[in-house]
Amino acid sequence: MSDLATSTPVGQALTMAGRCLRVSRRQVDALIMSLLLPVLLMVMFVELFGGAIDTGTKYVTYVVPGVILLCAGFGSATTAVSVSQDMTGGLMDRLRSMNVSGKAVLAGHVTASVARTAVSIELVFLVAAVLGFEPSAGPLDWLAVAGVLLAFVIAVSSLAVAIGLLAKSPEAANGFTFFVTFLPYASSGFVPVHTMPSWIQGFALHQPITPITETLRGLLLGTGVGSNPWQALAWCGAVTAISVAVSSVLFQRRIARS
Amino acid sequence: MTSDLAIDASGLVKSYGAVRVLAGIDLRVRRGTVFGLLGANGAGKTTTVRILSTLARADSGRARVAGFDVVSDQAQVRRRISLTGQDAAVDELQTGDENLRMMGRLSGLSRSQARVRAAALLERFGLVDAGPRRVATYSGGMRRRLDLAACVVAQPAVIFLDEPTTGLDPRSRHAMWELIAELVESGVTVFLTTQYLEEADRLADSVAVIDGGRVVAEGSPAELKQRVTSERLDLTLADAWAFDQVARSLGERALRADASRLTLGVATDGSASQIRGLLDEIDPERRAVSSFAVHAATLEDVFLDLTDATATSRERESARV
Repeated sequence: MSDLATSTPVGQALTMAGRCLRVSRRQVDALIMSLLLPVLLMVMFVELFGGAIDTGTKYVTYVVPGVILLCAGFGSATTAVSVSQDMTGGLMDRLRSMNVSGKAVLAGHVTASVARTAVSIELVFLVAAVLGFEPSAGPLDWLAVAGVLLAFVIAVSSLAVAIGLLAKSPEAANGFTFFVTFLPYASSGFVPVHTMPSWIQGFALHQPITPITETLRGLLLGTGVGSNPWQALAWCGAVTAISVAVSSVLFQRRIARS
Repeated sequence: MTSDLAIDASGLVKSYGAVRVLAGIDLRVRRGTVFGLLGANGAGKTTTVRILSTLARADSGRARVAGFDVVSDQAQVRRRISLTGQDAAVDELQTGDENLRMMGRLSGLSRSQARVRAAALLERFGLVDAGPRRVATYSGGMRRRLDLAACVVAQPAVIFLDEPTTGLDPRSRHAMWELIAELVESGVTVFLTTQYLEEADRLADSVAVIDGGRVVAEGSPAELKQRVTSERLDLTLADAWAFDQVARSLGERALRADASRLTLGVATDGSASQIRGLLDEIDPERRAVSSFAVHAATLEDVFLDLTDATATSRERESARV
């Protein structure tokens, strides 16, 4: 009677990613996060704050990496909330009873999150260009920029999935992502670290956002990157690996409890 | 032969922390039939469904569903079952059509197969007009129908419905019953839980009543009804004094006595002579009984009778300890 069709985990993850994107296109808050916020942040930092900040370069040129990382952080809230919603409704039970793997569902969320953030990042570059951003990066540099951004966005998205699994409610998931959105401020993303009080400098120099910012800035402006790319990739790799490991434990715990 | 059994469970025990939710459940469901698991809130219905649908693991006991062990052949079981839980498993922000196509894709259908299947199910579940609309705009009844449609996208052999009509208005409930009955005609085995006796009576070929994590009665709805009594004479007494008098004289024969409403019942075969005799016996002065009615026993009688009996025996047990 039943033909017992089976789907592959990759196919399942892509189907779930498609569904997440379709749903977020219809969510006003997700749309604001991924489309309006990047534009507003760029205009705010460059036109409102930028005049008062001296970084030695045009501020729009200085601030692009910071805004990109900030947008990725804000975007993680959407991901964490939608994971949390899936865990609290009846969907996960249905999917598990259909033998859809939990990993595929979570991978779908990460994929959708990466796609959403990619749109935001493109918008940041677009607005930056309008405001006078003049990168001097060659094709290879751009490729490297894309690679580092991809690694970062995957890391943040995986972290968001873990947060979504950890939080008891979608509202709590939203609150948790505050930490992710706060990190870029205490980095070299918006102002040079040497202008900060010394006790924050220690933190700013040794947190993941600073080497990522410096890598992006160095590649975009052709000013050299030093060891920053390796530090950046190491951070991204570590955050991704830990998030995936933690997510898989949290997922098992959530379903075992029900 | 076990091969004609869609579900074969024995000795299921499950505790959450110190709370023993299932205390040894045995269930047998024949292929192509509807099985109703009846019980009050907290009786262990959902836990039983979760174990049989591989979502939770029993502490002890074994269960085979669609011919496979729910623990050692979990993947094989999952390919043959589907679950509709108490929480709707459809996306509010997707249309009905998109929800069904997504389930089709997840269960391994190609893009075009999924589209065809979704269209056929929308038709069958009376959702053709609603198909292109977002689920957020659906009524409660439409949402349940879509949820049920999503449940059968993958053409499962056994479907689990956990309280499929709780919270629905009577019209939507009847619509769901018709759809479930149609599913069975197509050869599916349905395992449903319900707290509505009418639902079990209407849909189920066989019923098990659970209470306190144990099966307290099993059989067809008709058999269960016979276990209690075929007919019941319901009396409304004139006042509290009359109620006490009658209740005392009937003793163990009094059914469903309710002092606050001054009502009680007594078993009868429904014949005029027996009822006349009963009334004369109970109320020789012809003052105590103010009105009476004769009812065919409902599953509710069975249910209250059985769960009441186990509650009393539990009390006796704990009194002994």
